[in-house]
Amino acid sequence: MSEKKAGCARPTGAVVGESAVQKSDETTPKEAVMVTAKVGSKAPDFEAPSYYRGEFTSVKLSDYLGKWVLLCFYPGDFTFV
Amino acid sequence: MSAVAANHKKLQDLGVEVISVSVDSQFVHKVWNDQELSKMAKTDVPFHMASDGPGNVGKVYGVFDEITGVELRGRFIIDPDGVIQAMEVMTPPVGRQLAETIRQVQAFQHVRASKGTEACPAGWKPGAKTLKPGPALVGNVWKEWSPFENH
Repeated sequence: MSEKKAGCARPTGAVVGESAVQKSDETTPKEAVMVTAKVGSKAPDFEAPSYYRGEFTSVKLSDYLGKWVLLCFYPGDFTFV
Repeated sequence: MSAVAANHKKLQDLGVEVISVSVDSQFVHKVWNDQELSKMAKTDVPFHMASDGPGNVGKVYGVFDEITGVELRGRFIIDPDGVIQAMEVMTPPVGRQLAETIRQVQAFQHVRASKGTEACPAGWKPGAKTLKPGPALVGNVWKEWSPFENH
């Protein structure tokens, strides 16, 4: 696992395993092509900086295609529950 | 998250990869692992702790709370095709039950292995009876399955 420069987490704008829809009209706000999570539909893909086993690296959801994934959001480090 | 870290082997045995996400930086993730989580879970966190500072990922998953600027307790089970099979979103003060997540994973894996020919009724656990949807079962579920025996 190579170390990567810290950057911002960002959705890729596509669902896992597919390329983002390219709109030719550049005035269309980016949000218009943003996919949102829905049960029964493909998960929105994203890449985010991560901490993993002693290293600062990054994680991309679509790299896990072919595996079951448990994606857990939580309010914050050092919170109580 | 310490519960997931402590019981990670159960998820690994089911072939489940874990990714945790919060708005904290990866640097704070490291310190939380070192100072607290590793002591609670008796192991270093064995999965990617992703950092979503601006809440961009949380927004597309519908779990980013604009007012508090943090992410709600959202849990998503994603299958090998990348399809979200289950989601649960809770406000911050109540924690999750990992055993329920594991039960759901086992049920979705069972349905997938049956190529959709079987369905897991309420409260299903591995080894319990499944239902085989089809014309013969319509109106006859009461003969096949009892809510009293399964809860």
